[in-house]
Amino acid sequence: MAEKGLADKVRETQVWKSIFRHGPPNNARNRAAVVAGNVFLHLHPIKLKKSGVQLGYTWCMGGLTFFIFLALTVTGVLLMFYYRPTAEYAFNDIIALKEHVPLGIMREIHRWGAHAMVITVWLHMFRVFMTGSYKPPREFNWGVGVILLVLTLLLSFTGYLLPWDQLAIWAIAVGSNMAKATPFAGHGGPGAMLAQIGDFVMVSDKNDVRFQLLAGRFVGEPALLRFYILHCVFIPLVVGVLIAIHFWRVRKDGGISAPL
Amino acid sequence: MKEFINYLADPIRSFPITCILFYFMIRYYKVVGTKKFAWIGGALLVATYGIFALDPNFWLIITWPDNVPISILVFSVAFLTWYSLYKCAENDKRLEAGECPIEALPENREKVWCWPNLVYTELFAIIAGTVFLIGWGILFDAPLEEPANPTWAPNPAKAPWYFLGLQEMLVYFDPWMAGVVLPGLIVVGLIAIPYIDTNPKGNGYFTFAERKMAITAFLFGWLVLWLYLIIVGTFLRGPNWTFYGPFEFWDFHKVVAEYNVNLSEFFWVFGLEMSLPKNLIVRELPGIILTILYLIIPVVIAKWDKCKEMIEKVGYIRYYIYMYLVIIMATLPLKMFLRWLFSLKYIIALPEWELNL
Repeated sequence: MAEKGLADKVRETQVWKSIFRHGPPNNARNRAAVVAGNVFLHLHPIKLKKSGVQLGYTWCMGGLTFFIFLALTVTGVLLMFYYRPTAEYAFNDIIALKEHVPLGIMREIHRWGAHAMVITVWLHMFRVFMTGSYKPPREFNWGVGVILLVLTLLLSFTGYLLPWDQLAIWAIAVGSNMAKATPFAGHGGPGAMLAQIGDFVMVSDKNDVRFQLLAGRFVGEPALLRFYILHCVFIPLVVGVLIAIHFWRVRKDGGISAPL
Repeated sequence: MKEFINYLADPIRSFPITCILFYFMIRYYKVVGTKKFAWIGGALLVATYGIFALDPNFWLIITWPDNVPISILVFSVAFLTWYSLYKCAENDKRLEAGECPIEALPENREKVWCWPNLVYTELFAIIAGTVFLIGWGILFDAPLEEPANPTWAPNPAKAPWYFLGLQEMLVYFDPWMAGVVLPGLIVVGLIAIPYIDTNPKGNGYFTFAERKMAITAFLFGWLVLWLYLIIVGTFLRGPNWTFYGPFEFWDFHKVVAEYNVNLSEFFWVFGLEMSLPKNLIVRELPGIILTILYLIIPVVIAKWDKCKEMIEKVGYIRYYIYMYLVIIMATLPLKMFLRWLFSLKYIIALPEWELNL
């Protein structure tokens, strides 16, 4: 019998066995066990169609999107330690992030990651369309994907305000001014003046869609708080739930698409 | 030469050019989808971008930190568009010869173990992604301008780059269309795709020949209407949202003589040589009639053989949803051309009701 190496000895310790519960994944039984028995890996099927692992077919863009989402969550949580969403502190905290915080590229990674995620989501959708993967039985999951795409853009958009510099508030001003023109629900949109009873104006700049979005009539401190909470808590929670549904349905609809 | 490129880049010329290039790409996708084309096209693209980058004004635009993703987007979309057409061409040749698509070959249908096949690919992707993000983070500082000042608006004030296609639409539409109705319809339209497109072919493999309509419509929306407008919005729009060529200095004092005329003025003032009627509805009647006529196109052409065929195949509901999505999408290029040809501002102009179309 051959001499046992260090790796084998580690694998035989009680600690290792308590964590992994199965031998090295070099036979069929353990390969199944390693995927099925691990909370992260069990998102995968134990065996899958070859096209599901071919980069030429999948482009890996969905996976990369999820990876970037996780990277953004981690860097985002780190940023939250240093950032206060008030008009008084926000900008200075961003400066401090660069000047005083060790390894101060978290904001860079977060911002570039956000841009990269928008790109990878688009490319993922591009691939899914070109391979016809939205066709039955995957119609519903395509819809979930479209909602996730919109939420990705909204995440990026709400985060754009947080540095509280000129770029931020004016980009959001341009964007939120569109909400003003929402038909019937924005005070500058068509139909808003129909919602008027005598002198009582039902849709005004004090209660229309833009007001709800910005918590005010212009991009001010209340908007900063609102965008902060949307960006850090609300939208990520919704996205998390939808990602779970998206992945679940990928599995239930038969895994990565392949010719019928 | 630079002058000439500046001249060509104006949407009046570059949009039709893009449409023509798109037509040729679709028409000759089998030529585009060859490796030879990729090498030549790729080399040309990189060379053009490189030569463009030598110009100080273009360099300023592409190195502006939040514009860096657009360069990444341009190159990755160019590559992946070519790559998918390459895969399509490859499969279509096989399908023509009566063979199955490559994805359906027995050796590609076999099942493989998740560990190690997929897990290692993912590990590699995670490492590559981490290195890429950290590298990007070290090389480029995240943009930060002066502290927020609500009393002083920068010129141009631009939305984030991924919304600039929508902001560019503001040139042709009022905010209620460009900012609310059209984006809403994009989302609804995308979700509706699988329910409208009942063609069972091309599920799970690359093919163009088996789903020409679907792919052409999607690629037109994605490449021409979405990406092209984003590029125009970021690279070619300067102060006051005026057009600036790629090599043009953003001179704040550039004056563009632009006088756009409403359809009602065309009709009453220029056509009938009388003053605009006082009554709003009468004044805008030509535009309203035109809009109604436009909106009943799908009903009228439902009698045509091709449409009848489609209705028989997919039913009335799908037919009308598809047609209305298409004709509303078509309003964008239509309005662009009307603006360029006739300086038409609004078809229906009812600023009194905030309803301009």
